[in-house]
Amino acid sequence: MTDFRFSFRKWLAGILSPLDGPLALIVLAILSFSTVVMVSASPDRLDTLAMNIGVAFVVMWIAARIPPQRLMSVALPLYVLGVLLLIGVALFGDVSKGARRWLNIGVARIQPSELMKIAMPLMLAWYFQSREGMLRVRDFFVAAALLLVPVGLIAKQPDLGTAILVAAAGFYVLFFAGLTWRLILPVALVGIVGVGAIVAMGDTICQPDVVWPGLRDYQKHRVCTLLDPTSDPLGKGFHIIQSTIAIGSGGVTGKGWGKGTQTHLDFLPERHTDFIFAVLTEEFGLAGALLLAVLYILLIFRGLFIAAGAPTLFSRLLAGALTLIFFTYAFVNMGMVSGILPVVGVPLPFVSYGGTALVTLCLGVGMLMSIQRHRRRVGT
Amino acid sequence: MSGIRTPEQELARFRSRLAVAGVVAVVCFALLAVRFFYLQVIRYDYYSTRAEDNRISLVPVVPNRGLILDRNGTVLARNYSAYTLEITPSKVADLDATIEALSKLVDIQPKDRRRLKKLMDESKSFESLPIRNRLSDEEVARFIAQRYRFPGVELKARLFRDYPMGSLGAHLVGYIGRINDRDLERIEENDDSANYRGTDHMGKAGLEKSYERELHGTTGFEEVEVDSGGRAVRGLRRTNATPGNNLILTVDLKLQEVVEKAFGNRRGALVAIEPGTGGILALVSVPTFDPNLFVDGIGAQDWDELNNSPDHPLVNRALNGAYPPGSTFKPFLALAALMSGKRTPGQAIADPGFYDFGGHHFRDDKPGGHGMVDMYRSIVQSCDTYYYRLANDMGIDLIASIMGQFGFGSRTGIDIEGESTGVLPSPEWKRKRFKRPEQQKWFGGETISIGIGQGYNAYTPLQLAHATATLAAGGVMYKPHLVKYIESAKDGSRRAIEPEPVKTIPIKPEHLETIRRAMVGVNKEGTGARAFAGAPYLAAGKTGTAQVFSLKGGKYSAKINERLRDHALFIAFAPADKPTIALAVLVENGGFGAQSAAPIARAVMDYYLLGKLPAGMAAEDPAAEGSTGDSGGD
Repeated sequence: MTDFRFSFRKWLAGILSPLDGPLALIVLAILSFSTVVMVSASPDRLDTLAMNIGVAFVVMWIAARIPPQRLMSVALPLYVLGVLLLIGVALFGDVSKGARRWLNIGVARIQPSELMKIAMPLMLAWYFQSREGMLRVRDFFVAAALLLVPVGLIAKQPDLGTAILVAAAGFYVLFFAGLTWRLILPVALVGIVGVGAIVAMGDTICQPDVVWPGLRDYQKHRVCTLLDPTSDPLGKGFHIIQSTIAIGSGGVTGKGWGKGTQTHLDFLPERHTDFIFAVLTEEFGLAGALLLAVLYILLIFRGLFIAAGAPTLFSRLLAGALTLIFFTYAFVNMGMVSGILPVVGVPLPFVSYGGTALVTLCLGVGMLMSIQRHRRRVGT
Repeated sequence: MSGIRTPEQELARFRSRLAVAGVVAVVCFALLAVRFFYLQVIRYDYYSTRAEDNRISLVPVVPNRGLILDRNGTVLARNYSAYTLEITPSKVADLDATIEALSKLVDIQPKDRRRLKKLMDESKSFESLPIRNRLSDEEVARFIAQRYRFPGVELKARLFRDYPMGSLGAHLVGYIGRINDRDLERIEENDDSANYRGTDHMGKAGLEKSYERELHGTTGFEEVEVDSGGRAVRGLRRTNATPGNNLILTVDLKLQEVVEKAFGNRRGALVAIEPGTGGILALVSVPTFDPNLFVDGIGAQDWDELNNSPDHPLVNRALNGAYPPGSTFKPFLALAALMSGKRTPGQAIADPGFYDFGGHHFRDDKPGGHGMVDMYRSIVQSCDTYYYRLANDMGIDLIASIMGQFGFGSRTGIDIEGESTGVLPSPEWKRKRFKRPEQQKWFGGETISIGIGQGYNAYTPLQLAHATATLAAGGVMYKPHLVKYIESAKDGSRRAIEPEPVKTIPIKPEHLETIRRAMVGVNKEGTGARAFAGAPYLAAGKTGTAQVFSLKGGKYSAKINERLRDHALFIAFAPADKPTIALAVLVENGGFGAQSAAPIARAVMDYYLLGKLPAGMAAEDPAAEGSTGDSGGD
């Protein structure tokens, strides 16, 4: 009879036990900040935001309870499904805004490229795990092929932003799996030189009659407007110009909550989604921006810490890649909103409004938690 | 990397890569932090100014345009507020479809469409242009209910210019019209661009143009917070506009009406001036036009009608038309003869009815001549031979120099634009006028016809009236002007336009008296007697007939094309001893001055001095009786 009494504390501890305390607190802090900003940017979306957060936390909780071995077993089927869906999109997808990204599966329209963001690191981590102990150079080529097929399909839609994110996710697995520096450094060097060249020759290569091999017109336009936003102040450059004004006019402490003129007079585009960072910095200033950056750094460091302690190759690679995906999201988004990276449709993790992205991110966090929680039970 | 490693080596390498990743992440975030610092601290001032500029827009508050009133307070130009439907072509995807849909809600006539097309050709595509003016309340309501369907179409409350008197006095009032590129250039040259923000109309002709600065007023500004679409969210600060000043004219509109009625459907001009001030009492050019047509861009059809009419209603004949003065030139030449000592009043000639010069036979109007003619009779009977000889005796240089003093051949400086200089012939003028050497030479025979106001002589009716007024004022020349007061619309204070004496021509009183007596004689026993029979006041006058086409000795007949008939002229001032009005009338192709021009002068004098309206008008407008009493006493 003794322990039949209901103990709330025990129950709560039981419920929360799959979660990783530090990670959960950091994510909660970022989500709270996001909610505060959203109250100002788009108050009529708070209901849906609350629901999204609820669903995302459930997904996170469930993911945290799934042991890494189970995740490993779904890696291949998930990847195959994702590739098949991407092929389906290429063949039967709905066209919206000039891009073929959505697949109508009867009950709902889905965006398979979103699934690929998680399926890709899972697949590659599984692949390297399966090759553990007998890793050869050719395995990296197989991995690269596994990476490039879906990335190519996504880039073809065209959705350069997602393609870059998926490619990055795959690349991180390769990187942690030990891809030689001899390959990484030259590519990085070529990339840096290439970007430098584009910046230096912006004036010539942005002439309207110059065709960029392999890139769509709108992609060329994005890069060109980044180089010189004033070249198209009412069109593509408008976003960058206005978000830069919002950030700059925020100053050190910001204009105050709900007092951002750029936000409230409709000068900011996409102010509740991709450009929400501009709202945050306009109203909370440099202080707000640094606070958010610190939260992301904490998130990344916690993720890297989990990866360092992960027991299997699969969980190590997955944890490291997932962590760097969060970093990529955050960096690319803040970079584009502040005008140092081209505008690609990347949301600010845990802050931008949007159910799919939030669920995907929380799924990733959940997986990290699962790896952290199961670090001792598995292994040798 | 190839080759098998121990799990420990693998783990060590993995952890070192984690460290690299952590460093890269921190470096990247540091990069972002630098960027934020640059934007938010170093360039804070710049970006906060940009944000303010974004936020705040200066909206011009257009001032009310000043009114134009005649000397008795009759309104000639006013404003009224009405709704107008405006389209910004650049914001409309399919203009024709939009107009078609709009026409289901408001009445849009083909002429509205044509006007819009014309305006679009003249302006830039981002300007908002009127498709329909003066919407009825019902149309306003219908449009508002459906406005969401029409992006790029706006309902605007605007002040419209209205000329309640229509064509009456149109040439002097002028009209306003939409500001075009040329106007914009001028506005920029005058550094008025700020004051014309928001104004889309300005004076294009007449007083509306020449007094644009007074009438326009000073534009006010309202600071408003705007959103990215440019819509005003709320007002922040406001500087009110200063309305334009009102113009109160020297013109008596009733007198103007008397004149226009007296002309009937004949073409011509009349200018009446107050001799002691230079104030214009009436400035008529007929046929006239309705200035209201111009306010919102004249329709192509109306424009063609006005512009291509053989009667040229748009030409202000009083200022712009130059006509030979005919015999109205004679009193001035007689005075010149007295002033230069070439004649005495009593010096008479025997007129055989012609004057021979250099083998050329100059005929007098009257076959057989006027007999013995002194200066008085030369004016009263309009004897040509007297002036042929006088012209020859004086010589062209002397004529040109003295007649020039009366303002012949130079602009009077009246306060509206469009004045012609006319032609005061002289050897010098001829040298400048013609290019070929054989044409540049002045022939003695040319001087002879100058003496009777023919030949190269060409003056505007205004110059003629101006010279007559100068004569009536004893040689004191005042600058003719149409505006008497400029009235501040804010406090009603008036600034008088003072009579501006240009010069005093030294004329001996006895010389003046000789001419005056002769001109009175014209109306008593001479060529003007019929027209002025029974006038209770003493009026001085002179008839004139200006040849349009040489008949080469033939006689007038009804067969002669109406447009080749002579112009009829008349100059007059009254009361002769103390003149309060001086005028010049011209009836194009009116034949003899005595027949068609003098009766118009009589009607003007009767109304102005006695308050007597012509038979047709009195019955129409009984209210006018009261106002005429005042002006008659001026």
